[in-house]
Amino acid sequence: MTRTPPFRLPKGGRLIDRAFQVPFRFDGRHLRGLAGDTLASAMLANGQMMMGRSFKYHRPRGPVASGAEEPNALFGLGQGGRFEPNQRATTTRLLPGMVLRSQNCWPSLDADIGEINTWLAPMLPAGFYYKTFIHPRPFWKHLFEPVIRRSAGLGRAPVDADPDRYEQAYAHVDTVVVGGGIAGLAAAREAAEAGGSVLVLEQDRVWGGRTPVDHRGGQGVIDDLLADLRGRPNVTLRRDTMATGLYDHGYLLAREALADHDPNLGIPRQRLWRIRAGRVITATGALERPLSFACNDVPGVMLASAVRDFIVDHGVAPGRRIVLVTNNDDAYRTALIAADAGLEVAAILDARAEAEGDLPQAARARNIRVLTGTGIAKVKGSRHVEGVAICDQSGEGKPNGGIDCDVVAMSGGWSPVVHLYSHCGGKLIWDEAQAMFRPDPDRPPLGADGRGNVSAVGAANGDLRCAADLERAEGATQPVWCMPAQAPYKLRAKMWLDYQNDVKVSDVELAAREGYASVEHAKRYTTLGMATDQGKVSNINGLAVLSTALDQPIPQTGTTTFRPPYTPLTLATIAADARGEAFQPLRKTPMHDWHRGHGASFEPVGQWRRPYCYPRAGEDRHAAVTREILAVRGGVGTLDASTLGKILVKGPDAGRFLDMMYTGVMSSLPVGKCRYGLMCNENGFLMDDGVVARLSDDTWLCHTTTGGADRIHGHMEDWLQCEWWNWQVYTANLTEQYAQIAVAGPKARELLERLPGSIDLSPQALPFMQWAEGDIAGIRARLYRISFSGELSYEIAVPAGCGLQLWERLHEAGRDLGITAYGTEAMHVMRAEKGFIMIGDETDGTIIPQDLGLHWAISKKKPDYIGKRAQSRSHMTDGSRWQLVGLESLDGRVIPDGALAVDAGRNDNGQRKTQGRVTSSYFSPTMNKPIAMALVRHGTGRLGQELEFPMPSGEVLKARIVDPVFYDKEGSRLNG
Amino acid sequence: MAEALAQVARVEGLGMVTIRADLARAGDAIAEAAGLALPEATRIVTDGSRSLGWMSPDELLLILPAPETAEAVAALTGALAGEHALVADVSDARAVFDVLGCDADDVIAKLSPADLAALPEDGLRRSRAAQTAAAFWRIAGGWRLIGFRSTADYLDLVLHNAALPGSQLAPR
Repeated sequence: MTRTPPFRLPKGGRLIDRAFQVPFRFDGRHLRGLAGDTLASAMLANGQMMMGRSFKYHRPRGPVASGAEEPNALFGLGQGGRFEPNQRATTTRLLPGMVLRSQNCWPSLDADIGEINTWLAPMLPAGFYYKTFIHPRPFWKHLFEPVIRRSAGLGRAPVDADPDRYEQAYAHVDTVVVGGGIAGLAAAREAAEAGGSVLVLEQDRVWGGRTPVDHRGGQGVIDDLLADLRGRPNVTLRRDTMATGLYDHGYLLAREALADHDPNLGIPRQRLWRIRAGRVITATGALERPLSFACNDVPGVMLASAVRDFIVDHGVAPGRRIVLVTNNDDAYRTALIAADAGLEVAAILDARAEAEGDLPQAARARNIRVLTGTGIAKVKGSRHVEGVAICDQSGEGKPNGGIDCDVVAMSGGWSPVVHLYSHCGGKLIWDEAQAMFRPDPDRPPLGADGRGNVSAVGAANGDLRCAADLERAEGATQPVWCMPAQAPYKLRAKMWLDYQNDVKVSDVELAAREGYASVEHAKRYTTLGMATDQGKVSNINGLAVLSTALDQPIPQTGTTTFRPPYTPLTLATIAADARGEAFQPLRKTPMHDWHRGHGASFEPVGQWRRPYCYPRAGEDRHAAVTREILAVRGGVGTLDASTLGKILVKGPDAGRFLDMMYTGVMSSLPVGKCRYGLMCNENGFLMDDGVVARLSDDTWLCHTTTGGADRIHGHMEDWLQCEWWNWQVYTANLTEQYAQIAVAGPKARELLERLPGSIDLSPQALPFMQWAEGDIAGIRARLYRISFSGELSYEIAVPAGCGLQLWERLHEAGRDLGITAYGTEAMHVMRAEKGFIMIGDETDGTIIPQDLGLHWAISKKKPDYIGKRAQSRSHMTDGSRWQLVGLESLDGRVIPDGALAVDAGRNDNGQRKTQGRVTSSYFSPTMNKPIAMALVRHGTGRLGQELEFPMPSGEVLKARIVDPVFYDKEGSRLNG
Repeated sequence: MAEALAQVARVEGLGMVTIRADLARAGDAIAEAAGLALPEATRIVTDGSRSLGWMSPDELLLILPAPETAEAVAALTGALAGEHALVADVSDARAVFDVLGCDADDVIAKLSPADLAALPEDGLRRSRAAQTAAAFWRIAGGWRLIGFRSTADYLDLVLHNAALPGSQLAPR
């Protein structure tokens, strides 16, 4: 039969407001719904049953369900940055001006070319691509995969940035009840009475779950419960909030929709709640299961509960003439509600041999034809239901009659929503009587105390009748996994399990025949339950079919794993506020704004931004770095070294402690002096370096690398707290207390002497590797005469709040000296010219100081230091370790950083053997030639030998092994 | 337009001193030099001008008007002479914010996983604000929050974002 309007019923619809029309567009057509409609109900009210196309065969799809489990009715929603694919029509509220787009069809929903796949179905069985697209091998990557990827995939990703805001919030609650239906509200009242805070989360905008639809007087019961709970100060009721995942330690994630209904409110669109729950009660209800009969995917075949939801909630008739097919009593409610709404119920087909419960009797009393022992042989129609052929449920599907209808309401029983219960380890049991998996109360998720911290109530616990009208007794449900029971292959190949992914009964049976006995394997092979609905309607039916095919009981097959999220979360909600400027904390030194104002090109160093260089007009980064280096070597420059770690170590045992931390001796360092130190881990590998200054008899200040500040402080505290807890040592990380400015170059002293101050800068008073305290330009300062550039150099530490002031004073005073701010790259090049190692360049976690020729910084006399034992292992001391050398390019070209020096022969994988790698490589403006450092096998004994570095292009660069110190070997400049 | 959940303002002019010592042995000397009673574990004591917060079993943080810092450092150092102790001026290492308003709790609850309801009135909580370290305690009308100087701009941004008008956490 054809479908005839009106589709909106003349009365009814508890959630709609007939006074407010809501215009919207669907695929360019202008349609109207009512306030309170979902997209699905609005589309149905406009007679639009077909809402999408399936993933594989592009078959027409209409809504099957009325809630979060809906697999078919998915739209692309919105425009521009607010476009979102795969929005579920049954749970999305209709808003004025909404723009809906159908998905997975081209050129249009009605005339879709991909529909041809449905005729190719016999050639596209489960796992077809594993079998079909194997040979020839290169075709997979270059032809098959790109083509399949283009034709598959549901919805399109948005192109523009999301203009909306999102946020997160934390909550700590004694009891969280998930689900605001009758079971959840009752459990909340019980929990509230027992004391402690109670939070109730409801995914929907309205409270009550199924009760107001299924229960005569149900709304009243819900309203009473709500009134009670609202009067309790320890109860919070939060609607529009979907509990998406439950994790260990009662950690519950939930998404609250704040402004989904009005993006222009100016408030965050969604909020991700991160909740610590003492106890979680899942009152998540149950989902109705489809029945597997031939062509059960034709638009108009819907769950019985959805049919009555659309009638009661939205006053929408999914059809005018309904055939109900069921294996249980509950579905009869749909027939009664439809009849009450003035719709024709052509017949009720009950798969059971008899149906004598109160509800079937009530249906018969309404003169509705009830045919027991009967099933559907096949649904007629392609774009929408036109009728059904009926048959004996016990037979092979030989039609013994036909009934015209425009909607089929089906019910295969109910499955408790066990997702949250299962997310963090709760186990399920198979309830034979009700044909369902339900939470096993003896094996709940466990809290930190080893006791259960999650329990299920109501329909979520298998108590399906908690929402029903209890006065009417219900007959038993009879499991029906295939309709009719003896259906031949031809029918089974038309019985859909997973509507979105086009997985049929025959596909699961094929998987079983091909040896996919594990439900997890069968799922992935067939893609059953892998669609955006995550198998909410298909899962149980699928594993029942698999069990039958494997001839084993259902509990032996078990379920697939339930993983969060329960329904999809947008990435924006997960990222929340961490986007744009707030993406990550960006650490700024006191001079950061000066750098920015002077055109600094920044580089990230941990969460800091450090100036890489300061390009001037017309300069690229390379030119700027070259200028900065020459300025320092020829005059004076300043580097912002504030990011270097500064850890104060104090106490009677501080010297002894630092002798363990560093490879060298720090306890013997005289007060007023500085010493370079290396820090290794227990395995002997070099992990940090820096200059240590002895401030007083019992106090040292340890400089670390920028990235090492927090890590090394933690490393020190770890040893102090866990190993040497009785040593008297305190540490304090003072990194951010000080701004530190390196003033380097032959004119550094001249510059500093121009500033008023109390420190004697003469070489005699302040020689290399000493420090002094006093005032500089009126600022309390500590001056370290240390050098990382190889030039005469001072590092000046002042309170961070005075850093910018000093920096500016220096630049004012040094203008005629050509003072130049230099960045990290100039610093890196200059230290490489001196052959100084860099943590992270010359080290990679596998390098010991001895590899780098740093024996001079390792004490031979000390009985121990962290890493000493490891460094004496045979592998650490054998002569074949790669050692640090310098490289001189033979043709004047810079060898790329990381390039490998090849050796004779090939390894087991057929690759060229290697004998070294480049660790730092630059063009040196000072030497006017390329310089590089490398780690090379037997390197220090091979001065003068040549190495070959093949490039990906095929050409081979050559270099000669030289001493790694390229510049001022005698150190006369830094002693200047 | 609705009002922000709270007023977020950077606080200048505070000095801070880190004190590490055996609090059982040296507690009295510290209290006298700091001019405040020693706080219980996880608490902060205040006299309106100065505050002394418990940071760890052997660490305290003295917060005071900046001009008094040098004198306080000297007093504490003197009082702890002979003790194994560490006293360090960390005033410049910190950024301080006040979050004041009737929904100030909501601002903190969006940024820190700390359980504010379980925090005593005089509790000091070392935690985080979004992705950076922060500590906070109650002051009249809201919260005082301290973080690291280098992340001051970030803290300012996330605090203001969390205080967005209309974004109260109360159920709607």
